[in-house]
Amino acid sequence: MLTRSVLLMLMAAPVLAAGPNLGTPLAHGELAAWDIHILPDGTGLPRGSGTSAQGAAIYAQKCMHCHGEGAKGGVNAALVGAPPLNSIDATKTIANFWPYSTTIFDFIRRSMPWQQPRSLTDDEVYALTAYILAMNKLIGEKDVMNAQTLPKVKMPNRDGFILRFPDKTPGAERDL
Amino acid sequence: MKDLVPVAGNGLLDRREFLRGGAALAAAMTGYSVKAETLAEAPWSKEPGTLVPPYGGPSPFEKGVARTLSNPKGEPRTQHARTPHHLLQGTATPNGLHFTISHAGNAEIDPAQHRLAIHGLVKRPLVFTLDALMRYPMVSRFTFVECGGNSAPLFSPEPVQASVQALHGLASCAEWTGVPLSSLLEEAGIDPKAKWVIAEGADAPHLSRSVPLSKIMDDAMVALYQNGERAMPGQGYPMRLLLPGWEGNMNVKWLRRLQLTEQPAMSYYEARTYAPILPNGKAYRFYFIQEVKSFITRPSVGVDMKGAGFYEISGIAYSGAGRIAKVMVSADGGQSWAQAALQEPVMAKSFTRFRIPWQWNGGPAVLQSRAWDDQGNVQPTRAEIIAARGQAARVPPATAFPSQHYNGITSWAIEANGGVRHAYA
Repeated sequence: MLTRSVLLMLMAAPVLAAGPNLGTPLAHGELAAWDIHILPDGTGLPRGSGTSAQGAAIYAQKCMHCHGEGAKGGVNAALVGAPPLNSIDATKTIANFWPYSTTIFDFIRRSMPWQQPRSLTDDEVYALTAYILAMNKLIGEKDVMNAQTLPKVKMPNRDGFILRFPDKTPGAERDL
Repeated sequence: MKDLVPVAGNGLLDRREFLRGGAALAAAMTGYSVKAETLAEAPWSKEPGTLVPPYGGPSPFEKGVARTLSNPKGEPRTQHARTPHHLLQGTATPNGLHFTISHAGNAEIDPAQHRLAIHGLVKRPLVFTLDALMRYPMVSRFTFVECGGNSAPLFSPEPVQASVQALHGLASCAEWTGVPLSSLLEEAGIDPKAKWVIAEGADAPHLSRSVPLSKIMDDAMVALYQNGERAMPGQGYPMRLLLPGWEGNMNVKWLRRLQLTEQPAMSYYEARTYAPILPNGKAYRFYFIQEVKSFITRPSVGVDMKGAGFYEISGIAYSGAGRIAKVMVSADGGQSWAQAALQEPVMAKSFTRFRIPWQWNGGPAVLQSRAWDDQGNVQPTRAEIIAARGQAARVPPATAFPSQHYNGITSWAIEANGGVRHAYA
C-alpha cells in the first residue's frame, strides 16, 4: 500500500521545467491589487462606471492644480484641445494623438494623481475618463463610461501610426 | 626620423601611429609650451594622507564630474540626470554617473518585501522573492541603455549650443548581471498564444511597457547588479528589466510584474510618448531599437583646445542591433575621412570607444564621427535623417524632446581660438 501511494504522489506531481523552480505559485485572486493593465480591446477593465458630471467634481478637487481650469493645462499638460500635427514637435494631446480610449483609464488609474497614485476608486477613474472625453467632444455630456462603452469610443488618431516593429528591423530594407 | 603623414584632411593621423610607436609621434609631440620648472616635494608627499573610507568616492578635485539635473527641486514631473561623457573615458559608465530618468522620483524599495510576478498566458503564474532570484544561474553582459529621446536637440533647425552631456547624456553603459528571463518564463510555462510581455514597475507611476515575447526570450534579463554592485536606486533597485539595445524606457525599473498577453497594452509611454511624429503627420509606433550612433566626446563643447599641436580625438559608438564594425572620423566637415581605432573588446550592444590621433594646425576645423555596425547598418548623416524624419518647427531648449531616435552625425566646429561649438555640417 505504501509503495502504491508513493507512486500516486509521484504521478500527481507537476512536471517541472529543468531549473531551480524557486517561484511560488500565485493562487487565484492573490494578484488582484496589481492586475491593472487595460488592453485596447477593453480586457482588464473593472466593474464600475462614471459620467462627465461626476468627473468634473473630482477633477476640480484632485487634478486641476496641475492640469488647469477646464483641463486647459497648467504646470502640467492640457487635457483638452487638438492642435494640428503639422510639425514633428507638435504638441501631442489626447484628442489629436492618443489612439485608444483605454489608455486614458489605464494611465489615470496607475499614475494619477501624481502625488497619490492608486488612490482613486474605479468609479472615479471612469468618471475622470468620461470628463476628459466629453471635454474633447469625443463622447456626449451624458454618456456613461464603463467596461462596455469605453473601448467603443473611437479616438480620432486611431489610424495615425506606422508600425516600426517588426517590419523595420535593422539589416532589413534601409529605412530611417 | 619620418614625418607624420596625415591620412585625411586637416591633420588626421593614422590610427595605428601609436602602435608603431616611437619616433614620429615623439617628434610631433615635442615643443609643448609649458616652461620647465624646478620640481619640489609637495605638501601631500610630506605627511600621511586621509583616512580610507568604507565606500570610496572620487577625489575632491573631481567635484565637477557630475550629472546635470533637469528638475533638481523635484517638481511634479519627470527628472532627468545626464551622463558627463566629455569628462569620462573608456566605456563603463560609473554607477553614480549613469543617466537616470525617473517619472516620479526614485522608488525606495525594501528588497525583502519586493516581489516579481509572472502571470497571464502562462501555465503556472509565479511570484519570486529577491532571495529566490539570487539562487538562479546568472549571466553578465556589458550593454548600453539609451533613452529614446537622447540626442533630440539635433532635430532643432539651428544647432543648440550645448555640451555633449546635454545633447547625448541620456545614454550610458554598464556591466549588468542578473537572471535571464527565458529561464523564469520557461518555469512559468509559456502559453503558445502569448506574443507580448507587459512589464510594470513598482514606482509611483507604475510605469508599463509592452515588449515582444521574442525579445524577452532572446536576450532579456532581470538585472540585479550594475558594474558589480547592486543596481542603483535610479536604475531600478532591487531589479530592472534589461533589454540590450532597446529603447531605455522599455527597460522597466523597479520591475514587479510581467504579464504575458496576445496583444500589446498600448500604455501611455508606447501609445503616446515614444511615438515620434513624422513630417506627414503620422507617427512611428514601436520604435524599439536604438540604432547605430557615434559622437566625439573629446574635444567637444566645453572641452576646448589648448593651442595647436597634437590631440587625440576620442568618442563613443554603439548599436542596438549588434557590434560596431567601423568608425570613421573627419576633421574637415565630412570632405575626407580616416578610420579610427576601436578599443578592444568590441561587444555587441555595448559602448565602443574609438580614438584617432590628430595634429591640429590651429585653424578652423569641423570634427565628425560616423559608425557602422556588423548588421549592415550605417549611421546616417544629419541631412539624411532630417530628410526622412523632419526638423523641429522651432529651436527647442537643450532639455526638450522635439522628436526621438536621432542617430545622425554630430559636428563639433573648432574655432581658431580653440573654442568648440556645436555645428551642422
